[in-house]
Amino acid sequence: MPVNESFVGRTFAPVGPYAVDAAMIAAFAAAVGATDPVHTDPQAARAAGYRDVIAPPTMAVRFDQLASREYVQDPDAGIDYSRVVHGEQTFVHHRPITAGDQVTAQTTVDSIRGAGGHAMITVRSEITAGDEPVATTTSTIVVRGGE
Amino acid sequence: MARAFDSVNVGDDLGTSVVRVTRQTLVDYAAASLDQNPIHQDEAFAKSVGLPDVIAHGMWTMGAAGTLAADWAGDAGRVLRYGTRFTSMVVVPPDGADLEVSGVVKSLDPQTRRATVELTASAAGVKVLGRCTAEVQLD
Repeated sequence: MPVNESFVGRTFAPVGPYAVDAAMIAAFAAAVGATDPVHTDPQAARAAGYRDVIAPPTMAVRFDQLASREYVQDPDAGIDYSRVVHGEQTFVHHRPITAGDQVTAQTTVDSIRGAGGHAMITVRSEITAGDEPVATTTSTIVVRGGE
Repeated sequence: MARAFDSVNVGDDLGTSVVRVTRQTLVDYAAASLDQNPIHQDEAFAKSVGLPDVIAHGMWTMGAAGTLAADWAGDAGRVLRYGTRFTSMVVVPPDGADLEVSGVVKSLDPQTRRATVELTASAAGVKVLGRCTAEVQLD
């Protein structure tokens, strides 16, 4: 089944809230080699003006991943995940994700376009803590066409 | 402490970093990011779908490269916007691989005291990220 273009503009149910804690942030920072003490030392984080330790910028992908499953696993979306390649990724941070946050994420399909037998899909996830916007993630994935 | 806007010029070099990536790094990243795709952990599976070997998550590569911009800014929380294209893969053989990262200041906005920096990341001599830019808030 080809990628279903009627999903453009659709917003999926929000997922979460998920509790962000210091251990989650420390594990992510260690995995990407981020050694800035604002990720692991509450005193350093407070000295920089944050409530507690903050996540590396790309940790927002963890919540995008949870939210966008609502779309990519929808059987009517027509996405064969074994044929998906990550094309582009952007993060906009309204403020850093901080230990103690309870974050919610919600995905919208911004565009679907065909390109040489492939489908390029751009999805956006809005990450919020309560009513406060935290980050916007935008991902373009390429679903490779059949051989 | 965050870097002072007035100390920065267009064309400034951010320096370089080398980030080591092993199979264990990818297992750790998979757990931290929730991306458990086996092409990033299982050599036999990766080869069965036509890949040369285990490959790093594109998002690992983006995260590891971004630490150069965060460290240059002096506070990772100053990275307001970070974007990239994924142009090639980082192949991770059993003995690991190195991601080599460099960066340069592309533009400055005196009104907002923000800098846009461009990062270059390569592995085994091949550029793996394209149009990789970060906007950082300086003091």
